[in-house]
Amino acid sequence: MQPRYWIRVLLIIPFVAMLWVPFYDRTEPTLWSFPFFYWYQLLWILISAVVIGVVYLVEHTGSNTGGEP
Amino acid sequence: MNATAVLVFVLLFILITWLGFVAARWRKGDLDLLHEWGLGGRRFGTFVTWFLLGGDLYTAYTFIAVPALLYGAGAIGFFAVPYTVMIYPILYLVFPRLWKVCHRHGYVTSADFVRGRFGNRWLALAIGVTGILATMPYIALQLVGMQVVIGGLGFQTAGLTGDLPLIIAFVILAAFTYTSGLRAPAMIAVVKDLLIYITVIAAIIVVPIQLGGYGKIFAAIPAPKLLLAHPPVGSWGGFGTYATLALGSALALFLYPHSITGILGASGGRVIRRNAALLPAYSLMLGFLALLGFMAVAAGLAANPAFAGGFKIYGNSFAVPALILSAFPDWFVGLAFAAIAIGALVPAAIMSIATANIFTRNIYREFINPVCTDAQESSVAKLVSLLVKAGALVFVFALPLQYALWLQLLGGVWIIQTLPAVLLALYTRMLNGWALLVGWAAGMILGTWMAAAVNFAPVFPITLFGTTIPCYIALSSLIVNLIVTVVLSLLFNPVISDRHRDVTSAEDYA
Repeated sequence: MQPRYWIRVLLIIPFVAMLWVPFYDRTEPTLWSFPFFYWYQLLWILISAVVIGVVYLVEHTGSNTGGEP
Repeated sequence: MNATAVLVFVLLFILITWLGFVAARWRKGDLDLLHEWGLGGRRFGTFVTWFLLGGDLYTAYTFIAVPALLYGAGAIGFFAVPYTVMIYPILYLVFPRLWKVCHRHGYVTSADFVRGRFGNRWLALAIGVTGILATMPYIALQLVGMQVVIGGLGFQTAGLTGDLPLIIAFVILAAFTYTSGLRAPAMIAVVKDLLIYITVIAAIIVVPIQLGGYGKIFAAIPAPKLLLAHPPVGSWGGFGTYATLALGSALALFLYPHSITGILGASGGRVIRRNAALLPAYSLMLGFLALLGFMAVAAGLAANPAFAGGFKIYGNSFAVPALILSAFPDWFVGLAFAAIAIGALVPAAIMSIATANIFTRNIYREFINPVCTDAQESSVAKLVSLLVKAGALVFVFALPLQYALWLQLLGGVWIIQTLPAVLLALYTRMLNGWALLVGWAAGMILGTWMAAAVNFAPVFPITLFGTTIPCYIALSSLIVNLIVTVVLSLLFNPVISDRHRDVTSAEDYA
């Protein structure tokens, strides 16, 4: 069975979220008194890590390991 | 002079010096082989690679410069965050592929790969020399980061005696890099990163409590600096600057020789992929660290006479050291400053190893002594790693800081020009080696010219169809490079095809 490479499409999401600057260049809504501009971008560090983790798990579980180190 | 802080600082320095030498015996290998000395035998697992790459990519200079940019220029400095968000999908997708082909063919540098893929020593030379040129000022800036904290400890950093602490630190660095190779920064990175995490976590908890919470900190920032300015009609304005700086920096990062060295030191593609998911922990730390720049504004450090001297000498780079000095007891100041100084040594060591690998493989063995033995090869690399560091030291002492900053900026513009030959070549052999060389030259010349034209600012405004796009020079010159490369490849391939020179095969990439 081929490794599930289609899941890699998810890796585009962080680029869209980060390059669409007009969307997040604002102060409201604030979170714990962080302006939106700051907490949105900090949050995306976490989200992108989760996205990469999901892609890794989908590709490397079951019989799809391909015997790679 | 702050005796307690200096004592803690010196003790931690002694600890990592000892570690640096012990590292030679760690996961023992024959250090007379270049891949053992220069890549740690390609044996680092997920855990060590995490520390090594973390210590390598998030340098002391970053810890000083990113908050300094927020302190001085405001929101634009936060581009470091989207930049570090975008690097990891790239790491995940592309670099396990590079690792695999390099592992199979014994390549130690990206120029080695280009040499094998295109059979073109001149293209490989161009890639190698670009790597060396881009890395040298980067090493020099690590020294500058170290200089700032040594100054923060209360030492005079002017004159010959002022240079002494930096010289001592670099002699230590040179000695353990020479003996232990990549194993030394890998081992030291573990200690350094723990110290950095302790420092940053303490700072983002303690300082806001002292200043009355994050709300007060953000309230202290004048409105024009808190957000990017909304662009005028017909221009992308600050949005263009922000997005292109982040994207261009992200594309350039893993092309730097020190990044490649860290990646190739891993024991497999899976280790690299896991790290792409785990390394963002460092980005989170960097994001909060950046906010120290705002905390320095809120704390009113610029008006504090105790720090006037520091700001006068080091400019905004003094924001973080001043904040640490004002917020923490002496022993913690020593720990935090040691974290930053050791944070300079780790990448400086890896950078000098990476440069030495390139010189040895792509200049010495290719052009000077093609029949050299393995032992000769690794001894040349060890020697060059010393020369590189001596060069960086002379650079810092002899030339104004501004030159290092300019060259570091140009370094980013230059290194990104290797993207078509290194990264695209992992996916396609449609590009022609000579076309890549011309495209590279076009990108280098155009990028350097644009940077000079805007007085070495990172952004050059481009007008397309009546819309002005302030674009990071690295990105716009890369696009020109790509266009030239593709067009010339289409022209060259029927006439002087070099496909038969490719020594790699499809399964090297699978």
